[in-house]
Amino acid sequence: MTDGLRYAYAVVRDTGAPEAALDALTALEGVTGVADEPVYAVRHLGLAVLAGAVPAEDYDEGSLRKRLEDMAWLEKMARAHQRVVDTAGAESCVIPVRLATVCHGDEGLRRMLATGRERFASALDRLEGRVEWGVKAYATRPAAEEPPAGTADTADAADAPSTPNSPSTPNSPSTPGTPGAPGAPSTPSTPGTPGAMSGRDYLRRRKAQRQAAERRWGDTEEGARLVHDTLSGLAEQSRLHPPQDPRLSGISDRNVLNAAYLVRRQDSADFAERVGELAGRTPALRVELTGPWAPYSFTAMDETSGTEGESAGTDG
Amino acid sequence: MTMAPEGPLAHQQIALVDVLDRLLAGGVVITGDLTLRIADVDLVRIDLRALISSVNANVPSPWEEP
Repeated sequence: MTDGLRYAYAVVRDTGAPEAALDALTALEGVTGVADEPVYAVRHLGLAVLAGAVPAEDYDEGSLRKRLEDMAWLEKMARAHQRVVDTAGAESCVIPVRLATVCHGDEGLRRMLATGRERFASALDRLEGRVEWGVKAYATRPAAEEPPAGTADTADAADAPSTPNSPSTPNSPSTPGTPGAPGAPSTPSTPGTPGAMSGRDYLRRRKAQRQAAERRWGDTEEGARLVHDTLSGLAEQSRLHPPQDPRLSGISDRNVLNAAYLVRRQDSADFAERVGELAGRTPALRVELTGPWAPYSFTAMDETSGTEGESAGTDG
Repeated sequence: MTMAPEGPLAHQQIALVDVLDRLLAGGVVITGDLTLRIADVDLVRIDLRALISSVNANVPSPWEEP
């Protein structure tokens, strides 16, 4: 069947072998697409596009427009698209096509290959043997503004920001009402007045807390820069994605780095190891590694390192 | 998809937001036969709208043809 709508996932090199011998298709055995359809290949001009027949009631222009307003539907489509692309790309080079690229029949797919022929060919040359790794860094929560009751002497956190919960703190905070003012009443005389502490001590303590928090946030930015600079040096290309919105990620910690790195497939283990090392060296950050992904973030030449993250700073 | 091999970095489920980062701002943009531009879509869902705006803030016109 050659009529009807076709959803395109990715473009691969056509090695000239029979269809069954396309590595990408072999890898896709048993994997279905966005409409639970089997994925097949249309070959043209030395390229092949991985595609599936999708029903018009969901994928013609009007329907698709409506469907994309539905987050649950978008999620299903995005996950299926990603599954096809990354499964196909597990062993061989695939060039992902942008989400929701739909053509009319196999003829439409061939037109698409012809239109993008040069771009696909140069992307295949450039990305052959490469994979994408995602690295995100989050600021671990800053110290609370108000110390919990019974831990009065938190000012010394400023002396040891890297070991915030050090048990070797000389001034034990466990005795209530003692620091600095032995004769003070054990309860506040007026609401809002900290007990057992002079106003000056209180202000000093607050200042130290604030400085410790600032230093910690400073370390966060510096850590993110260190991570990105180091990994950019290891990668062939890097790209900064915008920090993720906590409403989407469900992660309340501030996302200070959301980057993608293009790495040679055989260097992946080394790259992952370096990420682990960097995570250990930056206690103010929680570092997450995802991948290997197909090179989604590196399909366009002019996009490399092109986007500036909010906080990861400049990058060459 | 194979995830990170190391213990502390490994996680089981791929976050949707990580997938969307790549699918909405990555991949070859090419004219299919349907010229759908997601910018035209009425994004009624707050979470999706937030995503699109955060993408737009840093990637000029991600939905337009190149």
